[in-house]
Amino acid sequence: MSEPMEDKSGKEPAIVVKGLEMSYGSFVLMRDLNFTIDRGDIFIIMGGSGCGKSTLLKHLVGLKRPAKGQILYDDVSYWDAGPEVQESLKRRFGILFQSGALWSSMTLAENVAMPLEQYTSLPPAQIRELVSFKLALVGLGGFEEFYPSEISGGMKKRAGLARAMALDPDILFFDEPSAGLDPISARLLDDLIIELSESRGTTVVVVTHELASIFAIGTNSVFLDPDVKTMTAAGDPKRLLKESPDPKVVNFLTRGEGARQQ
Amino acid sequence: MATSEFKIDKTQDGALLALAGEWKLGSAIPAPDGVLAGAVVKGQRLAFETGNLGEWDSRLLVFLAKIFEVCRRDGIDVDDSGLPAGVRKLMHLASPENQRSGVTHGGARQPFLVRVADSALGQFKGFREVVDFIGAAMLAFLKMLRGKADFRRLDLIVTIQETGAQALPIVTLISLLVGMILAFVAAIQLKMFGAQIYVADVVGIGMVRVMGAIMTGIIMSGRTGAAFAAQLGTMQVNEEIDALETLGLSPVEFLVLPRMLALMVMMPLLCVYADLMGVLGGMIVGVGMLDLGVAEYYQQSKAAVHLTYFWIGLFHSFVFGILVAISGCLRGMQCERSASAVGYAATSAVVTGIVCIVVATLIITLSCQVLGI
Ligand SMILES: Nc1ncnc2c1ncn2[C@@H]1O[C@H](COP(=O)(O)OP(=O)(O)OP(=O)(O)O)[C@@H](O)[C@H]1O
Ligand SMILES: [Mg+2]
Repeated sequence: MSEPMEDKSGKEPAIVVKGLEMSYGSFVLMRDLNFTIDRGDIFIIMGGSGCGKSTLLKHLVGLKRPAKGQILYDDVSYWDAGPEVQESLKRRFGILFQSGALWSSMTLAENVAMPLEQYTSLPPAQIRELVSFKLALVGLGGFEEFYPSEISGGMKKRAGLARAMALDPDILFFDEPSAGLDPISARLLDDLIIELSESRGTTVVVVTHELASIFAIGTNSVFLDPDVKTMTAAGDPKRLLKESPDPKVVNFLTRGEGARQQ
Repeated sequence: MATSEFKIDKTQDGALLALAGEWKLGSAIPAPDGVLAGAVVKGQRLAFETGNLGEWDSRLLVFLAKIFEVCRRDGIDVDDSGLPAGVRKLMHLASPENQRSGVTHGGARQPFLVRVADSALGQFKGFREVVDFIGAAMLAFLKMLRGKADFRRLDLIVTIQETGAQALPIVTLISLLVGMILAFVAAIQLKMFGAQIYVADVVGIGMVRVMGAIMTGIIMSGRTGAAFAAQLGTMQVNEEIDALETLGLSPVEFLVLPRMLALMVMMPLLCVYADLMGVLGGMIVGVGMLDLGVAEYYQQSKAAVHLTYFWIGLFHSFVFGILVAISGCLRGMQCERSASAVGYAATSAVVTGIVCIVVATLIITLSCQVLGI
């Protein structure tokens, strides 16, 4: 699973979304979503609050079944595959939920150790070392024995991140990783994401509103527009800022100031 | 300070609404309809004058919103350039053009027959969910018997402690009292025949065969079933269950199984304890009120209560343990994502639990009747 990063030019698709329609009951959120997330990309999902970004993420990680359309991982359609294949696909994902979603009955160390215990047969001592390392990576060294209820919202976010990275997954999904973090920590997080993507070739899918982060890390993106209920732009965010013909996209990327700075 | 005032004047192309004084929350917001009546008609323009406007807050904004709404309805142009810049900005933010288009919640009201069909389908779906859940719980249990289920032993131990040892005080109190009540009721009747000693039979058989199990079942449903529902419901709200699923862990194995096991073990034990407490309660009444001797009461109880009754009682409580755990966990897993949904899950876990207990008692009692035990 830990492929080196040899072929960066000839990009391989990691996730292909075809004709995806998302709905809650009869309430259709988005339809006709078509995009490809390439291996090693840092892929940004953009859009206003409540437009369905978190929901799209849930579809991408196999938590919600598409109303229509397919999601392919290496040409395997998640929802047409058997349970074993689904299992092995999930094993390659690491997910940071919008609310952190730490298991409240476990300490931070136990939270991060959980995936390791589940999927590896490492001895407990090594798991402990790995856990401490992952927690230190997100600036939470020393908080191993704390329970989620004893730390702040931003710290929960970071602990969730450590858990998402526990198994060194192929694809990392982040739902608003920097919400609730101060600018410096947010910046460190961006650096960490770039580091992960460059050193291990990890594919990263990020839902975020932070423009600074979008431009700093994004190599590809989609923009969801709730008014027309579909994606209205796709591509490198820096290019979108310069070239997108859609005023809504430009507006979003310039914080509503409309004009592109040259 | 002057209170709020407004005055409407005709101009050549419409009307001018002059706002003056202090517009602050505290008194009623003027109704918009009368304000414009007659002064301005479709196609004309409404302007504003605010030279004498004092301090203002949401009261002014809501009043203006209503006026704007009337104008939009009647096709009157609004020229808001006369309003203070702050007011203009806030009105712009709240204007309908700035809200999400096409937001519907459940859509328009459906015709009666459609609603009936929807609700019938909803019931059916709810029933399927229950069956699915029970199936999943059974599979998890079988998996555990083969030693393959994924759950933390620590969770099991903690749950056993919470559902067992910590429930002892309330079980003691309730079963002691129920034993005493049974004894009182029986004593009044039996005293008429001078057959007080048979109070021991009534209390002993009643408690051991069914009442001990039912009382613990109901206590545990209120205490533990509700707690299970609230715990799992909160985990649902915090996306903790999603997080488990994405790790490939089955929430049923990981969360439901230890809770079910804990109650399967602890419920019969609590039931035995409740039986003893009930008999003790009966004895207190018998010795204290009916002048029976302790040894006499004990001997009579011992003779009355067959071992079969004891096993029947235990069987009841074993079944109740499963029912309470399943209804608590089911309601928790079905919980939606809000605080009120967690409250609803807890309530409905207790209701489901108690209904299941009563129905199960009926079925077991009838079966015993048929089998002649
Ligand atoms: N369980 C649910 N049932 C019904 N509708 C839902 C549910 N969850 C979300 N929605 C609806 O789906 C829409 C998108 O929600 P989602 O959480 O995906 O938004 P988002 O783009 O992630 O927003 P944010 O940036 O604020 O996190 C919302 O308008 C919401 O009304
Ligand atoms: Mg979201």
